[in-house]
Order: sequence, then structure tokens, then C-alpha cells
Amino acid sequence: MSLRPARMTILATAAIIAATSVAACSSGNSTSSGAGTGAGATITYWASDQGSSIADDYKVLNPELAKFTKQTGIKVKLEVVGWADLLNRVLAATTSGQGPDVVNIGNTWSASLQATGAFLPWTSQNFTAIGGQSKFVSSAVGSTGAAGQPPAAVPLYSVAYALYYNKALFQQAGITSPPATWDELIADGKKLTTGGVSGLAIEGGSIPENIHHSFIFAAQHGCSFFSPSGAPTFTGAGCVAGVQQFVNLMGADKIASPGDAEYDQNQSVSDFASGKAAMLMWQAAGANLKSHGMSPSQYGIAPIPVQSGTPGSGTNVDSMVAGINIAIYKNTKNLTAAEKFVQFMTSPAEQTILCKAYGCIPPVSAAQSSSAFGTPELSVLKNVLATSALAMPQVSGESQFEQLVGTAVKNLFADAAAGPVAAQTVEQQLASAQAQMTK
Amino acid sequence: MPVQDRAGETASAHQPTAPRRRPGRPRRPGRLRRIGLPYLLLLPALLFELLVHLIPMVVGALISFKSLTQLYLAQWQHAPWAGLGNYRIVANFNGSIGQALLHSFVVTCSFTAIAVGLSWLFGCAAAILAQDPFRGRGVLRAIFLTPYALPVYASVITWAFMFQYNNGLVNHVLHDELGITSRPTFWLLGDNSFIALVTVSVWRNWPFAFLVIMAGLQSIPRELYEAAAIDGAGIWQLIRYVTMPSLRSVNQVLVLVLFLWTFNDFTTPYVLFGNAAPQPADVISVHIYQASFLTWNFGEGSAMSVLLLLFLLVVSGGYLLITSPRRDG
Repeated sequence: MSLRPARMTILATAAIIAATSVAACSSGNSTSSGAGTGAGATITYWASDQGSSIADDYKVLNPELAKFTKQTGIKVKLEVVGWADLLNRVLAATTSGQGPDVVNIGNTWSASLQATGAFLPWTSQNFTAIGGQSKFVSSAVGSTGAAGQPPAAVPLYSVAYALYYNKALFQQAGITSPPATWDELIADGKKLTTGGVSGLAIEGGSIPENIHHSFIFAAQHGCSFFSPSGAPTFTGAGCVAGVQQFVNLMGADKIASPGDAEYDQNQSVSDFASGKAAMLMWQAAGANLKSHGMSPSQYGIAPIPVQSGTPGSGTNVDSMVAGINIAIYKNTKNLTAAEKFVQFMTSPAEQTILCKAYGCIPPVSAAQSSSAFGTPELSVLKNVLATSALAMPQVSGESQFEQLVGTAVKNLFADAAAGPVAAQTVEQQLASAQAQMTK
Repeated sequence: MPVQDRAGETASAHQPTAPRRRPGRPRRPGRLRRIGLPYLLLLPALLFELLVHLIPMVVGALISFKSLTQLYLAQWQHAPWAGLGNYRIVANFNGSIGQALLHSFVVTCSFTAIAVGLSWLFGCAAAILAQDPFRGRGVLRAIFLTPYALPVYASVITWAFMFQYNNGLVNHVLHDELGITSRPTFWLLGDNSFIALVTVSVWRNWPFAFLVIMAGLQSIPRELYEAAAIDGAGIWQLIRYVTMPSLRSVNQVLVLVLFLWTFNDFTTPYVLFGNAAPQPADVISVHIYQASFLTWNFGEGSAMSVLLLLFLLVVSGGYLLITSPRRDG
């Protein structure tokens, strides 16, 4: 009898352990619905941060989700996840199998996440449920997964890179039209770089920005970082030349301030907005600039320069196909409800509302004609997407590539802050990045 | 219900043994009670320890023998076994991955040695200086302890702001105000990032050394100092022959704890440098994080972690063996 308290402790402990593990298993799951309409179900949606802040995203999305619930009877549990956490959250959900039903992803991750097998493949049957693949703009569908496989996600918002320039500073320097080639950009940049102002603002410490620009510069030199079979070719002559040209905007041409080398919190956008820099290469910066107090009349917008000639295909591309895709987790218990939700989010009416709020281009053809997307900024972006944007490599090693090469370029910017960067240094960094790619 | 059943069982079990008990020998149940109770009381803690520490560690070690890449994330249990493949890659110091790991290891060791040394030195000096009562001692002690009491993230992000190239306080003072440097310095990029990391780490950890040594000093009897002073010992001799030997056991634990904390510190470098630490400050915790989470190669990352664990075990064990007083009679 004297052992009783101890035994009770053990039992209590066991019970607690059992209870916590049961709780852990059941958390995150949504109520499933047997009905074919999905009505009455609750789905979880992880949205990416598209507004000027996460609070802003809730403000934009909540009324739309309420509308969806009213239409279909399906409740949506929304969580807006910041970019710093999104990929890790998606990976954790993939590994544990305890995730949301629907999630936003950066469209460049599509092929990598497709390889994990976490997402519902968009077969023609699944596409039919949301209105068919043909409702999307084809360039946007080009960034949804590896070629020859059903897409892992569908396009939600599209954006492209463009060159933003400060009209007043251009006028002061006597420059009448925005630069169209890199030589012109460097010449203009030197004219604009005076005491307190630099010609161009660069987000040199940011891995995503670095990788996007490097990809475009390299593409303009005919290098795509991956062979057609998907093997990394980071040290190809064109890739080295492209990356070198990019970092030497700071190192050799000195049109960007050395301090930009450690920027990774969008300081380059605030530098541009406050007139500390005359030019900025950014994707759909309008909303961002507005939140920094710069009105659309103060800046002009032009396509990113090319080596020579005018933007187009091949080595004259001037942007990546940037944007957000929306995906359904394969193990969702509410497939019907999730598909209904994706259909809702990609419907022309919602696309118009959402892209108007976020300053993006709708990847849904029927929504693009809206007059809301005829502003000077969005007209340029729309044209870039239609004619001269290239999708990032759609290979399973893409996210590794972004991380490793983005880091290499960050290191190169640290060198560029001190002076010109040699081709050999660039090649060493890229070779070291390539060696760390999983075989 | 089971409680009663089992209790009844023990009751009936010792009934027949009772008559055969020899005098002088303790009753079995009583002995069991005495020996067993502490273990039973420890059991819940052990179970949680198993759940929270050991099982994840064992799973981590198992993963290091698997080739767990993004292709198997959704069904990570089915990732193919890689044997010693991951270890061969991460410990091949001629290869790029092994070389980077070795570099990171060397950086971490020097970082740890310098940061622990300085933290201990500052903590020790401050504790000895604040030993004798003076006006404002309490306030001073409280101020000294502030860095340790602040949340890590908040304080390190403040340091990151202070170290900024363009608008940072450090450059403003050194360059703009005092004119010590001819041009602003990069503290978060390139070679100086190591100095920045050591600075923040020491700033964060020395108050702990101060706290522990201060507590240790309280237990040294005043008579020892008085006796030594009568024998003509100066302040340095007092510290060397009275204070230090008396603090031996405190220092032993303190240095070990500081070593483990600093070596494994992830938050400080991560908040200071973000996802990708500059090479001169590429400490091993961030390096492994990048190797596993950012490139999605959890097999290799786990292999690195296991090697690190073995290293820390060897160092900690060796340290305790060398510094512990001999147990001879």
C-alpha cells in the first residue's frame, strides 16, 4: 500500500505523456466535412506577407475571406506568415504532415517543393475544379514546377522587376530619359553619384534580391546556372561574367554606396524613397514606396537595362517571372473546400481586388484588362512579364541554388565594398557554392 | 483501478514471506521502499528527459545515417540509408563541404576561447572589485547584471543596429565624432564581423561570470585574508594565493558552462548576421543550420551535429577529468 503514491505519479505521468502526444497529433488538423460541397468545413490558409506589413495583409484579406465564407459556407482560418519564416514553416509542415490546407509560396520554390511531394499535383482534373489551366497567363504557369510534371501550385500574384528612378534627381543631373543599357546606366549613375546621393541603391546583403539580379545578369550573358538536365553549372563563363558585372556596380563602377553591401531589411527602398539614391531595381515597389512617403509622381519607371538593344527574349531578358503561387497540401482532409478556396482566390473579381491592394499583376487573363492595372508602373510590369521575363530554373535544386549563390553574392558584395572584384574571385565563390549542391 | 490491483498484489505477495524472515535482516518491502522510492520519484523526470532530450538526439543520430534530402521530406521515415556516406562527405577535409566545416570549427574554437576568456576575466575582476562594500555597490551590481537579464533577441538586434555601416552608433562615435578611423568600418561584413561577434558575446556573458564568482567569493572566510595580510601579502598575492584557490571549484563549473554556451550559441550570430554569416564569423551552430535547413540536406546536417556532439562530449569529459581533484584517500 505504501507504494501507491509513487505508482499514482507514474500513472499520472504516463497519462500526461499520452495526453500530450494525442493532443500533438490532433492539433493543426481541420474539421473535415463529408459533404461534396465542402460547406461547413474549416480550412487553414497560410498567406505570405504581401502588404506593407503583416497587419496590413490581415486588413486586405479578412474581408475577402468573409465574402468567401458567405458564398460557400466554408470557414477559413488565416495566418499571415512573414517571408523570413515562410519556407521553414512550409518545410516543417511537410515533414510533420501537420500543416495548413492551403499555402502561399514564392513561385521560385515551386520545383523544389514539388520534389518533396508535399503538394497536390495540379493534374488537368484538379485544374478543372478551379476553372481550367487556360484561365492563367502562360508565362506565370511557367513558374509552377518542373517541366513535364503537373504543376505543384497555381499562380496567384505576378510581379516583375523594373528600374525605378527619381525624376527630380534625373532632372538635376540633366538626364532626360531613363537608361536602357548597362553602359547608359553606369554613365547616368556616375553623373548622379554626388556627395550625399548615390546613383543606384542595391540590397547587397539580401539573399533573394541577390539571386534574382544575378540570375538576370547571367541570363543576359547566356548562362542559366543549370544545364538542361538540371545539373548545376554555376561556374559557366556567362554566370561568372553576369555576377561580376552585378557586384562591380558597387566595386568598380562605384555607382552604389559601399554601405549597401549590408542592406537586407529593404533599406535600399527607403534610401530611394528619401532621395539618398537616384535609382532602384525592384519588383513592384509602388506600394512600398508609398508607405515611405514617396508619391507615384516623384518617380519614373522603366524596364531593367539590357546589354544592348531592347528587352526581349534570349539574352535580352530583363526580369525574372516573380510572383506568388498558391498550393494545396496533398494530405488535406478538405480537398473540395481547399479547391473551392483556390478557385475563389484566382477568380477574376478577387484577383482584381487583391492585386489592386498589393500592386501586383493578376496572373489570370480575364482580370488583367481592368483599368486598375493601367497605371504607368503596372503597364511597364505587365509588358515586361508578357515579353521579356524569364522563369527562374524549374529544377528541384532551385531553393538550394538560391541560398548558396545568394550567399556567395552577399560575400562578393562585402569584397565589392572595398574595391573592384576580379572574375577569379567570383568564380571561386560560385565554385564553392556549386560544390555544396546535393548530388 | 490498476493501482488497487497492484497494491493488493504486493500486499499478498509479502504475506507468505513474513514468517521466513530471519532476524537482523531488513524486511524486503521496507528495503525496497527505501531504495526504490527515490528512483520512483525521479521516474517522471526521467521519462520527460527521455521524451525531450534523448529521443530527439537518437533520432538525430539516426538521420545522420540517412540520405534525407528534400526528396524524402514528406516521408522522411522512408529516406534511404546512407551508411557512413554523410560522415564521409562532412569529414572529407579536401572536399568543399568538409573544408567549410573545418573552417567553421576553427572559427568557433577561437571565438569560444576568446569570448570565454574575456567573459571570465571581466566577471572575475568586477566581482573582486565589488567585493568590499562601498556606496552604490548594489546599484552597480544591478547595472552589471542588466545585459544578462535582457532578452537575447532584443539586445542583440540593438547591437546589430549599432554596428551598421551607414547609421550605426559605433561608426558614428569612432569615425564621425572621434575621427579615429579614416573611413567608416564594416562591422557586420568581412574580418571585423569576428570582433563584433566576440564583443556581443562577451557583453552578454560576462555578467553571468560576475554573478557566479560573486557568489563564490562570499564563501571565502575573511580570516584567510586577514591571516595572509598579517603575513605581508599584497593585493595580487591575496588574489593569487587566497581568492583563486578558494574559487577553484566555482571556476571549474563556470568555465565549463560558459564554454558550452558560447560554443553552441546560435541566437547571437543568427540575429547579428542573419541566415548567412560572413566567413570570418561563420560559427558552427549557424553553419550547421545553413547546411541542413537552408539547403534541405538534413542527413549531412545531422552528421555534422553528431560530430559536434562527440567533440563536446570529449572536451567536457576531458576537462572534468583534468580539473577535478583526485579522489585518493
